[in-house]
Amino acid sequence: MLNIIVIAAIVLILVILFAIYRVSSLVDIIKGESHNKVSSANGFQGTLMLLFLIFGLIGGFYYSFGGLDDDFILPVASEHGVVTDKLFWWTMGITGFVFVVTQIFLFGFAWKYQHRENQVAYYYPHNNKLETIWTIIPAIVLAILVFTGWKAWVDITGESPEGSEVVEIMGYQYAWAVRYPGADSKLGEYDYRKIDATNQMGIDFADRASFDDFIPREIHVPKGKPVLFKIRARDVIHSVYQPHFRLQMNAVPGMPTQFWFVPTKSTADMQAETKNPDFQYELVCNKICGKGHFAMRYIIVVDEPEDYKKWFDSQEPWLKQNADYLTEVPANLRESASIVAGIELPEVDFSNGIISSGSK
Amino acid sequence: MSITDIEITQKLAHEDDHHEEHHDQPFIFKYIFSTDHKTIAKQFLITGIFWAILGGGLSVIFRLQLGFPDMDMGFLQPILGNWISNTGKLDPEFYLAMITMHGTIMVFFVLTAGLSGTFSNFLIPLQIGARDMASGFLNLLSYWFFFLSSVVMFISMFLSTGPASGGWTIYPPLSALPQAMSGSGTGMTLWLVSMVFFIASTLLGGINYITTVINLRTEGMSFRRLPLTIWAFFITAVLGLLSFPVLVACVLLLVFDRSFGTSFYLSEIFIGGEALPNLGGSPILFQHLFWFLGHPEVYIVILPALGITSEVISTNSRKPIFGYTAMIGSILAIAFLSFIVWAHHMFITGMNPFLGSIFMFLTLIIAIPSAVKAFNYITTLWKGNLIFTPAMLFSIGLVSFFISGGLTGLFLGNAAVDISLHDTYFVVAHFHLVMGSAAFFGLLAGVYHWFPKMFGRMMDEKLGYIHFWLTFVGVYLVFFPLHYIGIAGFPRRYYSFTNFDAFQSFTDLNAFVTVAAAITFGAQFIFLFNFFYNIFKGKKAPLNPWNSNTLEWTTPRIPEHGNWPGDIPKVYRWPYDYSKPGAKDDFIPQTVPYSETPESNTDFDNEMMKNEGITK
Repeated sequence: MLNIIVIAAIVLILVILFAIYRVSSLVDIIKGESHNKVSSANGFQGTLMLLFLIFGLIGGFYYSFGGLDDDFILPVASEHGVVTDKLFWWTMGITGFVFVVTQIFLFGFAWKYQHRENQVAYYYPHNNKLETIWTIIPAIVLAILVFTGWKAWVDITGESPEGSEVVEIMGYQYAWAVRYPGADSKLGEYDYRKIDATNQMGIDFADRASFDDFIPREIHVPKGKPVLFKIRARDVIHSVYQPHFRLQMNAVPGMPTQFWFVPTKSTADMQAETKNPDFQYELVCNKICGKGHFAMRYIIVVDEPEDYKKWFDSQEPWLKQNADYLTEVPANLRESASIVAGIELPEVDFSNGIISSGSK
Repeated sequence: MSITDIEITQKLAHEDDHHEEHHDQPFIFKYIFSTDHKTIAKQFLITGIFWAILGGGLSVIFRLQLGFPDMDMGFLQPILGNWISNTGKLDPEFYLAMITMHGTIMVFFVLTAGLSGTFSNFLIPLQIGARDMASGFLNLLSYWFFFLSSVVMFISMFLSTGPASGGWTIYPPLSALPQAMSGSGTGMTLWLVSMVFFIASTLLGGINYITTVINLRTEGMSFRRLPLTIWAFFITAVLGLLSFPVLVACVLLLVFDRSFGTSFYLSEIFIGGEALPNLGGSPILFQHLFWFLGHPEVYIVILPALGITSEVISTNSRKPIFGYTAMIGSILAIAFLSFIVWAHHMFITGMNPFLGSIFMFLTLIIAIPSAVKAFNYITTLWKGNLIFTPAMLFSIGLVSFFISGGLTGLFLGNAAVDISLHDTYFVVAHFHLVMGSAAFFGLLAGVYHWFPKMFGRMMDEKLGYIHFWLTFVGVYLVFFPLHYIGIAGFPRRYYSFTNFDAFQSFTDLNAFVTVAAAITFGAQFIFLFNFFYNIFKGKKAPLNPWNSNTLEWTTPRIPEHGNWPGDIPKVYRWPYDYSKPGAKDDFIPQTVPYSETPESNTDFDNEMMKNEGITK
């Protein structure tokens, strides 16, 4: 019943609007307005142009300088982020200036030169000098922007410094998996054909370097030291995005990518700065990857270097946690694998490759 | 010139016979399988309007999800069926399907077919003085391929597995593997089929536009006297002709990967519990091919709108367009550069950073001709005598959007700054202003301006004003706030932001944007009423309602097949002689010889007058 009333009300409103429209157009015809060259509403449109300009600019500035409930500028927490933020604000200054000036001219002229009966437009087809000026000036400004941007880009995408902490991040539907190289500082090989329900990252245990690799539940990185993210994906494209670090790089299946950066604020620093005791750096997926795209959250913890060292040393190799996978290690390497991974399994019979039951 | 002249005369004679024969066509050939460019233009327009309502409607539904995540959407169940759960929640996968369809529909069906298809078809013969397109039959095919493509895409929206859902850019492997999302099954197949038909349609149209502009210009209509609309449509067609075939190649390889087990884009994939055999492909290859079309495509969308704006602003400022030559030059420069900037969509895809540097340089160069265009529009307004027809208002709105959205391009074109802004709402705000809304305003300006020529009647001006202000303010209220959300790092294509602490803010602003979007969408129904009602009931249009110079206004109120009942008029001057000093009116149509306007001729014009005698 309510639905019918609502529909009836809408129909009635539409009919009334239509009636008003008919009446007003008939009135126009009677008044003979339709014979005039310019409608009487022309001046009103000019005034609206001016009002739009004024209220638009006031509104824009109000919102940009604190009028919003939430702060839209995220605190920056990486070394290169400071550089790109600076570029961002320089660009903002230049474009903001051009924006305000051109909009003032656009709507200001629209208001000022609105039609008047005895006004004649100024025949002004071209002015080469003027056009040269506004070709060259943008060219110079853009050249400066390009050059500074290019320098920053080359630095950011250049080789990571020697001794960077290496973290491997793999995206999959719909989560992240993270691997650290362990004590030998070398990530082991991987092969996507070795992936199974447990060995999510497809670690290849034929490679010695993989014996001490560990897979933690959170990413930890040391404050003030270069960190190299080695990024890959195992099913579709994902994107490793961390807004506070101003860090983003796609994770592409079949094509490993990387991004290095220096975090400058520990999680505790940020908790103090944002006055939010629950603050955590979050890793975000930023390339459409399926229905769970919006839920690929992973915590990144930035530690003071000594805390990081402690955390790093306390991690158990993945092989130790999943000792069954010793069978994938080539027979001649199993002994060293169990030593490196810290597996105490004297019962293992390395000759036939079968772990005797009841070893635990 | 003389050879062309002879050809034109022959063509004329031939077309005249033709014209007589076709007077009493049966309904089906006159309105459905018509070869008349004006009818085909209207077919493109009406189909485009249908798609615009659908595409816009989708955006309102997914904006509801973003603005009011807790809302009970049960009331949409009659339309969306099982895509709304029993608890009244929108299905996350269908959310992605909707954004994909919104993008596909708006970019291809509305702003390419609806805009170029309508106005290139309608205006090219009328403004260059031709009886019809070079090939009416190819033109007919062009529309019906588009129709077929539309039907296939429309059907895909009713599949139980949903339409394509991987974003309008359909990056593989997501779009290649049905295991990855249900929309990548049959929905994606239909998307690809539809797109192949669409490209065929665009190419048939484009070949026609180019041929017609080059060969069928009337006597005296040199390239230096072409209206800027025609220049824009001409170059747009060239862009389409060069870039769309690359999309076919790109799509074809994807079809192979999907259906025939090849590995062009697939490598080392483990999905759905199994490792796929594909090795050696590269998803980045797809992105290169896609954006080689995709970037020219955004200029295919915006250039016709800028062309329309040039014409409308000049006419209604009662002033010549400022810097006609510079405008042509900037169209050419934009067209050329648009082919060598594509990889700025790919700075952070893992592409070699050196390539990133190159593309950053090239991308920022393209800002220069764009800036020249904006400055020239503003200077055209300066010291004009502005008449605010609805078309004029929409054109001024377009320039405003083009500036606002263009400037944010300087952030995104800068690879270093793009790192943190890529794929955030900042990008969404950027392209919706500079390409989406600006091109849409160009479309509306065109409809308001040429409606009298299309249907012989006038649209209601006051409704046009209301439509403009609601839409113009609405668009800014929708897209301006998105910049803030983007700078705050909010990723696009997110079903909800509740999973992240970092994105708990801006719930009010998101709700505000949604309300603004719904109102803006609602305002379009004022336009629809104004449009459809006045096709039948509008005041009869005078022959030249805007006192314009171009040739289409020398035709009868409703031009028949063949456009001019007698000879095609000759052209003696450029199309922008508005308010020429000394002239008695504030406009001198292109058909008026210099010899009839001694009072306003410059020395240069008097020189030209001597040649008039020779060609006569």
